[in-house]
Amino acid sequence: MNHSPLLEASHVSLAFDGLVALDDVSFAIARGEVCAIIGPNGAGKSSMLNVVSGLYASDAGEVQFEGVRLKGAGELSRKGVARTFQNIALFRGMTVLENVVLGIDFRAHATLVEQVLRLGRAAAEERQGLEEAQVVLELLGIAEHRSEVVGRLPYGLQKRVELARALVPRPKLLLLDEPMAGMTVDEKRAMCRHLVEAHEKLGTTLVLIEHDLGVVMDLSDHVVVLDHGKKIADGVPDAVRTDPAVVEAYVGSFGNGN
Amino acid sequence: MSFFFEVLLGGLLAGVMYTMVAIGFVLIYKASGVFNFAQGAMVLFAALTYVSLVERGIAFPWSLAITLAVMLVLGVLIERLVFRRLVNAPPLSLFLATLGLAYILEGFAQTVWGTQVHGLELGISDAPIQAAGVSVSRFDLFAAATAASLVAVLATLFRATRTGIALRAVADDPLAAVAVGIDLRRLWAIVWGIAGVVALVAGLLWGARVGVQFSLSLVVLKALPVLIIGGFSSIGGAIGGGLIVGASEKLAEVYGGPFVNGGIETWFAYVLALAFLLARPQGLFGERAVERV
Repeated sequence: MNHSPLLEASHVSLAFDGLVALDDVSFAIARGEVCAIIGPNGAGKSSMLNVVSGLYASDAGEVQFEGVRLKGAGELSRKGVARTFQNIALFRGMTVLENVVLGIDFRAHATLVEQVLRLGRAAAEERQGLEEAQVVLELLGIAEHRSEVVGRLPYGLQKRVELARALVPRPKLLLLDEPMAGMTVDEKRAMCRHLVEAHEKLGTTLVLIEHDLGVVMDLSDHVVVLDHGKKIADGVPDAVRTDPAVVEAYVGSFGNGN
Repeated sequence: MSFFFEVLLGGLLAGVMYTMVAIGFVLIYKASGVFNFAQGAMVLFAALTYVSLVERGIAFPWSLAITLAVMLVLGVLIERLVFRRLVNAPPLSLFLATLGLAYILEGFAQTVWGTQVHGLELGISDAPIQAAGVSVSRFDLFAAATAASLVAVLATLFRATRTGIALRAVADDPLAAVAVGIDLRRLWAIVWGIAGVVALVAGLLWGARVGVQFSLSLVVLKALPVLIIGGFSSIGGAIGGGLIVGASEKLAEVYGGPFVNGGIETWFAYVLALAFLLARPQGLFGERAVERV
C-alpha cells in the first residue's frame, strides 16, 4: 500500500491581471478518497481544478501527481488523470459510443494505414476500445443510447456521457467540475450513485467541485474549503461543517440546508 | 433532349474536377479552421513534380510513388514548420500564413522544375464514347471514377477508423479533444499529408486536362464558388457544390451564351456563389457561418 498522496498541491498561487484567484493554496489528496472542493462563488475552485489539469499555469507553487510534477494538459490522460467540465465539453455532433471511445484514443498505437486496411494492431485495438466503452456505458446505464447523437440527448444524460468518456481510460484520478450543476433532484441522485459506483468498482479517486452541500457531505471523505483564493478549511466533512471560518464564509448556509 | 443531357453530363463531369480541388480545402478547414490558400500551390507542386520525374525517364508507377511520398512529406513538413508554431493564432494570421506558403511553394516548384509548360499524358484518351445516344469523354469518366474512389477512401477513413473519429472530434470541439488527450499535432500532420495526396490526384487530372503550368495553381479560384455553395466544412458539400457549379455553368454557357456572345462559363460560378452568399452564406451543407477574413 502506497501512503504517499496521489495528488499534492503545494503553495499554488494564480492571478489574472492582478486579480488574485488562488493565494498560496496547498492540499493533498490520498489514493482512493473522494475529495470535494467547496467555497462561495469566486472562491477559486475552478481555477484550482484548471491548474491541476494543466489548463492554467500557476504563477507560483506546483502540483505533483504520484510524486511527479504535472505540466500541460496534453500529457494528463497518459498519466491517468481525467476530467469533466462545468459546461459539458462533449463532441455534440457525434454518437455516445464515439464520444466514449475517444476517451481512450490516446492509448492506441496503430498507424493510419493499419486502420484503413484493418491490419495488425488496428482491429484488436478497435475491438478492445469498443469493449471497454461498453463496460462503462453499462456501468452508467447509458448503453441503450450508444448510437444516439450526443447533442440531441437531455442535459442529465449528456453529463453522464461526459462522465463515461472520462472513466473509460480507468483514470487513477478523476476531476469533476460541478458534475451535478443544473440537474434535477432525480438526476442528481442518479449521478451520485454513478460516482459512488465508479469510485467503488473502478477504484477511481475523485476530486469534485460541487455547490450542493448535501451532496458534498454525503459523498466525500475529505473537504477542502476555499474562500477568496485562500484555503480556509481542510478535513473530514463533519469537522469542516462546524468550522467557524467556514460557517462565516457561507454566512450560516449550512444551518438552513441550502 | 439528348443534347441537353450531353451538356448536363459534361458539366457534371467537369464539376467533379472542381470537387477534387475543393476537397483539399475542406479537409484542412475541418481539422484546423484554416482556409488553406496554398491548396492550389500544392496542386501545382504535385503535378510539376510528377511531370518532371516522367520527363526525366522515370517509369510511370515510380514517378507516381515518388510524388506521393513527396506530397506526404511536404504535408507533414508544412504542419511542423508553419502551423505548429501558429497554434492558437487568430484565423487571419493562419490564412496569411497559407497565402505566404502558396508563394513559397509556387516559387520553389518553379525554381526546381522550371517555368515552361509541360504536357501531362496519363494514357487515357479524350475520345468520346457513345452510350444511350449520349457521348461522353473517356477522360472525364476516368476522372469521375478516380474522384469517386478517392471520396470512398476518405469516407472510410473518416467514418470507420479511430483516427477519422478523432479528426471529427477535433472539428467538433478542439478544446474537448485536447482535454481527452487526443494528439492534435499528430492529427494535423495526418490531415496535411492527406491534403497533399488529394492535391496530387487533382494535380494529375487537371494537369492532364490543361497542361502543367503556373496557372494550375489558379484552379483554387474555381474551388472558391464550389466551397461557398457547398459549405466549407463538408466533403459532401464539396461534391454537391462541384457538381452544381460544373453543370450550371455548362448549361448557362450552352443555352445562355448565344444571347450575350458567350463567355458565360468564366464568370457564372462566381455570380452563383454571390447569390448563395446573399441567400445562404453557410452553403448548402455547411454547419456554421463562414468567417469573414
